[in-house]
Amino acid sequence: MSKLDAKIPEGPLAKKWTKYKASQKLVSPNNRKKLDIIVVGTGIAGAPAAASLAEMGYNVKVFCFQDSARRAHSVAAQGGINAARNNKNDGDSVYRLFYDMIKGGDYRAREANVYRAAEVSSAIIDQLTAQGVPFAREYGGTLANRTFGGVQVSRTNYAQGQTGQQVLLGGYSALKRQVALGKATMYSRRQMLDIVVIDGKARGIITRNLITGEIERHAAHCVVLATGGYGTIYYLSTLAVQSNASAAMQAYRKGAYFGNPSFIQIHPTCIPVLNEYQSKLTLMSESLRNDGRIWVPKVKGDKRNPNDIPDEERDYYLERRYPAFGNLVPRDVASRAAKERCDAGYGVGKTGLAVYLDFRDAVAKQGKKAIKGKYGNLFDMYEKITGDSPYETPMMIYPAGHYTMGGLWVDYNLQTTVPGLFAIGEANFSDHGANRLGASSLMQGAGDGYFIAPYTVSNYLADEITTKVPSTDLPEFEEAHNKVVERINKFLNINGTKTASSFHKRLGHIMWEHAGMKRNEEGLKKALEEIAALKKEFWSDLKIPGKADELNQELEKASRVADFIDLATLIVRDALNRKESCGAHFREESQSEGGEAVRIDKEYSYVAAWEYQGDDKEPKLHKEQLKFENVEVKVRSYK
Amino acid sequence: MKIKLNIWKQANPKAKGRFEKYELDGVDPEMSFLEMLDSLNEKLIKEGKDAVAFDHDCHEAICGCCSLYINGRPHGPGEEVATCQVHMRAFKDGETITVEPWRAKGFPVLKDLIVDRNAFDKIMSAGGFVSIDAGQAPDANSILVSKVDADKAFDAAACIGCGACVAACKNSSAMLFVAAKVSQLALLPQGKVEAKRRALNMVAKMDELGFGSCTNTGACEVECPKGIGIDFIAKLNREYLCASFGEAE
Amino acid sequence: MSKFFTSSIGQKFFMSITGLFLMMFLVVHLTVNSLLLFGDGELFNVAANWMSSNPIMKVIEPILALGFIVHIIYAGYITLKNQMARPTGYKVSNKTKASWASKNMFILGGLVLIFMVIHLANFFWKIKFGTVDTIMVNGEELHDVYGLVAGLFKGWWWYDALYILGAIFLFLHLTHGFWSAFQTIGWDNDKWLGRLKVISYIYAIVIAGGFAFIPLYFLVKYIV
Repeated sequence: MSKLDAKIPEGPLAKKWTKYKASQKLVSPNNRKKLDIIVVGTGIAGAPAAASLAEMGYNVKVFCFQDSARRAHSVAAQGGINAARNNKNDGDSVYRLFYDMIKGGDYRAREANVYRAAEVSSAIIDQLTAQGVPFAREYGGTLANRTFGGVQVSRTNYAQGQTGQQVLLGGYSALKRQVALGKATMYSRRQMLDIVVIDGKARGIITRNLITGEIERHAAHCVVLATGGYGTIYYLSTLAVQSNASAAMQAYRKGAYFGNPSFIQIHPTCIPVLNEYQSKLTLMSESLRNDGRIWVPKVKGDKRNPNDIPDEERDYYLERRYPAFGNLVPRDVASRAAKERCDAGYGVGKTGLAVYLDFRDAVAKQGKKAIKGKYGNLFDMYEKITGDSPYETPMMIYPAGHYTMGGLWVDYNLQTTVPGLFAIGEANFSDHGANRLGASSLMQGAGDGYFIAPYTVSNYLADEITTKVPSTDLPEFEEAHNKVVERINKFLNINGTKTASSFHKRLGHIMWEHAGMKRNEEGLKKALEEIAALKKEFWSDLKIPGKADELNQELEKASRVADFIDLATLIVRDALNRKESCGAHFREESQSEGGEAVRIDKEYSYVAAWEYQGDDKEPKLHKEQLKFENVEVKVRSYK
Repeated sequence: MKIKLNIWKQANPKAKGRFEKYELDGVDPEMSFLEMLDSLNEKLIKEGKDAVAFDHDCHEAICGCCSLYINGRPHGPGEEVATCQVHMRAFKDGETITVEPWRAKGFPVLKDLIVDRNAFDKIMSAGGFVSIDAGQAPDANSILVSKVDADKAFDAAACIGCGACVAACKNSSAMLFVAAKVSQLALLPQGKVEAKRRALNMVAKMDELGFGSCTNTGACEVECPKGIGIDFIAKLNREYLCASFGEAE
Repeated sequence: MSKFFTSSIGQKFFMSITGLFLMMFLVVHLTVNSLLLFGDGELFNVAANWMSSNPIMKVIEPILALGFIVHIIYAGYITLKNQMARPTGYKVSNKTKASWASKNMFILGGLVLIFMVIHLANFFWKIKFGTVDTIMVNGEELHDVYGLVAGLFKGWWWYDALYILGAIFLFLHLTHGFWSAFQTIGWDNDKWLGRLKVISYIYAIVIAGGFAFIPLYFLVKYIV
């Protein structure tokens, strides 16, 4: 019925990737310089992919919308990067990491891909270290590790609370080296606005130069999207304000299926919304839950100073509900538990939408100095925003939109359903199932970039060595170019009264309300109607100052919001379709008496891949059945 | 609260700029400075006027996009902050706030408050890396790094590339930026291999791009959002002099 | 190496080296001058005449002059180049906390230079090419430099004021110049940065204080 072939190599799980590498098609070094690759995005997947492919000898063109490749939002990842190195002699292994990810993802990820991600995890740390990434070290000079939620081993490598920055800068510096060597060409301040497909294969992209407004055409032998996630669909999220789904949406419109769009992780520990003007929520690393205890007062509406509330009047609800994992339950569980308490009226703070994350006991036990050593920069960050010191008074936290497990559907080659179009890192759907474990996003992105895409892209390009780079004068480029210009003019000609941001804010509100942490059929259906109405209003009442041929940030925003609106519909449709609760996707209709998520494996053990059918037409659903041959599918329990 | 704003407006790199005055009412002291500019833009667009262009992205002082010179200070009032961490509570009701772009030959203005910091990328390309291809790395634990060196390298590596050091320096010197990268890699065994080349090439590129020289005023470290100290500049000087006077390569 | 002379760090290196050399000269200069405070000038006159007639000093003198010239020329060149690094200035002048002296080294250096020209005209020029009274010491005819100094400082109070002002400029210049010289040649780290700044102040106080004390001494000795 559908062309959804994941192309998973035969053989036992642990041998699949080795076998793939041993039997894949190769491109000889002197042919590589004849092949051009476009990489869009320079985060923890994009920069390494671009650098690694350039190191091999391909000609790489790299695009990002920021002014520099170093600013991709991977830079903000705080806590760490996992690797199955068994550094602590605590029983870690590739299989254990694989198992944790499959279980953490609530059995909605593809076994082969996840195993491969775990398999290459160790090499990433080696690579990054060799690049000069200053990972934390023990006094003896070896790597230090910390623990993260949802697992029982200590496998997370870190560089204080700025691991993402350090890991990203490693990739960035590798990329800069290739730029200096002339193997990679950097195009910054470019927003990708379309993908050019020629004879069924991705052959180029259309970009807008954000400084001059010029629409540019770029051709290549293949296109790699590393454009990140779409958590900003909620407007307020932990993502950077410019993070967007436009590249993924263009790929979707050009025939790439969208996998599990409704799987969006809500991160449990973020600084709560403080006022209506807020444009961004700040994440407080999950690593804080190693030492912080989460609680709310036992009495509704208890307005006392938290330090005045004695222990017996505090409800440490995570420790109560999940004694085995306590405060270190996976993110989806922690988020929902916080929402449950707040919805029941036990929330704290001005809005009642917050819970305490308390370091009193940790400070008393380990001393302020030790706590400062572990979380100093996070505490400072919190104090800068809220004016409160977490050493003295408990932090207030609340869940916020964070990471998207969903993304472009890809096969084992990380190739989308459009040949020659690859999606890596957060932009694809592949490795995290319905919920991502902490410190595995950097791991997956970097793994895709350094050690997987270079092989699979080569495998694809092996058949393209006699193909010339297409001319950008071909009708396909002409058509895509014209469509982009037409769309921009359409935005500018609406001349309504409302700003793009105001629409984004309203869209975010609808999504948070109906397609956030808890979802139900009625709400989702209502969301569909509201989004449709918002879309209509957007296209008739949008106002953008300025012109197309200049630096115009409002135009950039409008273009992104338009894509978000379409994506929102897709997310809601996917959430409606999946009538089970799994991972971050919680359907209220599918829960146990105790309020735990109930998965329905018989009906929903598949990846929902959506095929575009035209604007405002219902997309077509394709199912990739998930087979679990190496793990026993169980009820995920952290009790 | 109500504030008056005096903001640099410049249509494009070649246009002549000027200061434009704005007034904004109903400013919440809890708003961040960037959110205040958002609401100014919201108001301007509704009035049919042109919005103020400014760079910002992550809002948690790590991407390094922010580049506003507020009332005579890069990133505005406060210690070790990026603009996104400045809140309106730092200003008085009725205060006039002057907002300018970074000013340096190496950072030409693109529009309004947005500058081109490509020069930093070029300096990085000149040597801000370890020459190692994917797949060549030895086991990370085979390279022992003392905790002290690792921590110090991290302190230098915390640079977010915002350019506040250049903006604060009376000489528009990029020495702190270069020093941070050169020091980070020179402190680690992995980076020592090509330390000489790196120091020479990065400094040469910095000079070529029109940044001034360091006269040790220390303004850069005061405004650095990550608190990177000028002791790293001493290290850069040391690295550079050793590379210059040392054996030929 | 050729790049070194034109590189920003290379140019600063020469500023630093010449600066350190000049600071050493200041120590010698002050040491000799401090002899003014002992006895009735005989000691000082012997030392001053030895300094001006010694063959070693004949060699050092042009090197010292070269040190000044290189320091001054590089200062001018670097300052000009640094100003070119910011073609458009800020409307609001920089409010970043940094020592005033560090931001105004060129101006301070210029003021010290003006003072130095006057100082050279008063003493160096007169001794070298002019008419200085001679006195007999131990059967040797020596320039009465002590008389020259004493005459100047006790005769005109505004000379005293000028010399004290000169010392203040020098003080400010040295508070930054001293540690900055070490920083520039890389003889500094996070441990020594603070210490060097303290030593800077001690050095600047001793040198500038010493030079300022001499006119005060004469003022007090002969007038009060």
